[in-house]
Amino acid sequence: MDTFLQQVINGLTLGCVYAVVALGYTMVYGIIQLINFAHGEVVMIGCMTAFSVIVALAGSGLPPIAIVLLGTSAAVPVCMIVGYVIERVAYRPLRNAPRLAPLITAIGVSIVLQHLALLVWSRNIIAFPQIIQLKLFRLGHSDTSAAISNVQVAVIVASVVMMAGLLLLVHRTKVGIAMRATSQNPLVAGLMGVDVNRVISFTFVVGAALGAVAGVMVGTYYGIAHYQMGFLLGLKAFSAAVLGGIGNLAGAVLGGILMGLIEALGAGYVGDFTNVCFLDKFLPGFSNACFASPESSLFGSNYKDVYAFIVLILVLVFRPSGLLGERVGDRA
Amino acid sequence: MSLLALEALEVAYGGIRAVKGIDLAVESGELVCLIGANGAGKTTTLRAVTGLVPAAGGRVLYDGADISRLRVHEIARRGLALVPEGRGVFPQLTIEENLAMGAYARSERSAVRADEERVYGLFPRLKERRRQTAGTLSGGEQQMLAMARALMSRPRLLALDEPSMGLAPIMVEKVFEVIRAIAAEGVTLLLVEQNARLALETSHRGYVLEGGLVTLQGEARALLGDPRVREAYLGE
Ligand SMILES: Nc1ncnc2c1ncn2[C@@H]1O[C@H](COP(=O)(O)OP(=O)(O)OP(=O)(O)O)[C@@H](O)[C@H]1O
Ligand SMILES: [Mg+2]
Repeated sequence: MDTFLQQVINGLTLGCVYAVVALGYTMVYGIIQLINFAHGEVVMIGCMTAFSVIVALAGSGLPPIAIVLLGTSAAVPVCMIVGYVIERVAYRPLRNAPRLAPLITAIGVSIVLQHLALLVWSRNIIAFPQIIQLKLFRLGHSDTSAAISNVQVAVIVASVVMMAGLLLLVHRTKVGIAMRATSQNPLVAGLMGVDVNRVISFTFVVGAALGAVAGVMVGTYYGIAHYQMGFLLGLKAFSAAVLGGIGNLAGAVLGGILMGLIEALGAGYVGDFTNVCFLDKFLPGFSNACFASPESSLFGSNYKDVYAFIVLILVLVFRPSGLLGERVGDRA
Repeated sequence: MSLLALEALEVAYGGIRAVKGIDLAVESGELVCLIGANGAGKTTTLRAVTGLVPAAGGRVLYDGADISRLRVHEIARRGLALVPEGRGVFPQLTIEENLAMGAYARSERSAVRADEERVYGLFPRLKERRRQTAGTLSGGEQQMLAMARALMSRPRLLALDEPSMGLAPIMVEKVFEVIRAIAAEGVTLLLVEQNARLALETSHRGYVLEGGLVTLQGEARALLGDPRVREAYLGE
């Protein structure tokens, strides 16, 4: 039970990060039906920028929280600029091109951003300075009880605040209504006096800002960063967005959290599920490894990365519109 | 000076000209209709006026300035509103939100609120359903919403593209009643219609469009009596 609870806590933390990144994919998709594959790289750049600031300030004597916040407040504007420039330079000229062109461009933008990051931050795996003292809060009385760390609490709280803020922005403000109107019918939105290009830029910029914070969270949570980290993270968050129903904000949140839980529980239990030692009873000597270790399993937790793709494939086969995806008929 | 003047306007889709050089004027306070058969170029003309398609030739003068190079939202912000063919309501926004979009370019909150009450007065049905999404409205109600939304921008010139299309006769009556009410408030109107009789009976002047060219124009009453109009558009 403790393992289960622990994996749920880990999964929720991870899921919040996926959800925040997935929101970036789903917002852009909702407004211009483009899968912005470069969004994972925006998250990576956010992570790297924060890393540089944190390293520079690590010896400054400032409180660790302040240093992380300063790192975040550098990462956010950098990513906003990157998001704006990507849309302006790479996607806007292709607004009316066949769908394949912007999709391939998005992959190209990913590669360009990765290599820019490589030039700035080198090809090495970067260790985040562990300036925040990890504190564990046990959820039981024994030393083996499940625990939640201060970093996990911070990740979850920050994510919830951002998700709530985004929902308020989209549903309660004038620019949010304009975003939804633009996604439903950009030509008519223009007739209402909405500068559609500005609304699209705004969407990219907001998505990138969320991505920047997600990048900082990933860096502080895992303690490492790499110029290619955006690829897998992006693909998982994208799968989460598809799981929830791409284009749907609540769907991205739900999909992200489910994806985190699936991955954490999968990683925690995949060994048990694929333990083959019981076969020894039927086929003596089936696995010599079982003498060495009764824990022998076909797959270990290093297979955690496959879950996102299993989920993606299952969703695409059985429910392409995702869990909360709108029926196609609802689109005008 | 006319509020709107088209001078030798041409519009082409991929090299094929749909509007082949038309001259048309709408004076301030007038109600002018544009009638013609399917494919005559009526919608295309309105699209060019509102910037949805570029003009291939000629000029669009609005309030004395050439607006043919402006972007759609810039034209809208000058007070030129269009209720497009097929209504173009935002189906997943509520009725309230659709109306808020109509007032998007306006900042005076209290005046916007007053106008909201005014259009609810014109269309009580919308007020009852103001928190429902526009996609749940009937075709006639969507037409009402599209007109109410356009009024929320306080337009100086309101262009309507076939507002009676697909509506039951009683709804058509209601739509024209509202059009007359809007005109009576001093809004200048450019009305595109297939229902030529009703359009001409409601308008001051009219233009007949055929194959992208203006073939007849004049006082609405005179057009109603013109044998060519009677034969081709009034089914006599
Ligand atoms: N997007 C487009 N691409 C190519 N041709 C078009 C396009 N829109 C309209 N046309 C053509 O331009 C011509 C004029 O069309 P338009 O829609 O302006 O006619 P209309 O007078 O509004 O007709 P209706 O009464 O059927 O609405 C038609 O021949 C039509 O086929
Ligand atoms: Mg038409």
